[in-house]
Amino acid sequence: MPTKLIVDCSTGLSTEVELTAEEVAQREADAVTYAAQKALDDAEAQAKADAKASAEAKLAALGLTADEIAALN
Amino acid sequence: MANTYTAIATVTATTSVASLAFTSIPATYTDLLLKISTRSTYSANFSRARLQINSLTTGYNNRLVYGQGTTTSSASSTDYITFFYSTGSTATASTFANTEIYLPNYTSANAKSASSDSVTENNATEAFLALAAGLQTSTAAISSLTITDANAGDFVQYSTATLYGIKNS
Repeated sequence: MPTKLIVDCSTGLSTEVELTAEEVAQREADAVTYAAQKALDDAEAQAKADAKASAEAKLAALGLTADEIAALN
Repeated sequence: MANTYTAIATVTATTSVASLAFTSIPATYTDLLLKISTRSTYSANFSRARLQINSLTTGYNNRLVYGQGTTTSSASSTDYITFFYSTGSTATASTFANTEIYLPNYTSANAKSASSDSVTENNATEAFLALAAGLQTSTAAISSLTITDANAGDFVQYSTATLYGIKNS
């Protein structure tokens, strides 16, 4: 069973306790939520990178040099 | 302008643990500062982590900008407050991430804000750094803080967090 290390700021004492079943369920649900969020973030970042590469390719096709394209960033 | 820092408590993992928590936080300071050094068992170069206030599971809103290897991006979420990052289990052995989280006016009767900066360590091309800001809508004073790996990983032995109280007088 996963555990949680707790320090009581009023005493300075630390105790390690097992997560409750509810906390374990929450932890697993959070991991699923995070994975879904990360997939969205990654997809968004990839879409931005793809759009940037596409735009730079089109500018190059119009005759801009690499330095000129870089100057636009 | 804060001019005093008092270490309220430190918690250090002696074995892998799912969470590190501070309870019974005194209401005698102006702001709180959390300094964190963590490494996760999650199998990647880094792992996202979260800060939970007063055991609340809703009412959060976050914005994050980050650099990952050679790329930069941003993200937002309502999944707990103030994302930060741990070094993951595939990063260079025995390296830990460094994080600071600042929580101003933590006893106010208004919503609570937090900001963080975080950087992982890895002797390779991919490490991770992030700046985040978050909000918790609760108007209750902050009396407990819990940090947890967001990927259901554990914080490894020697992961540590110190909570500082800050007064402006």
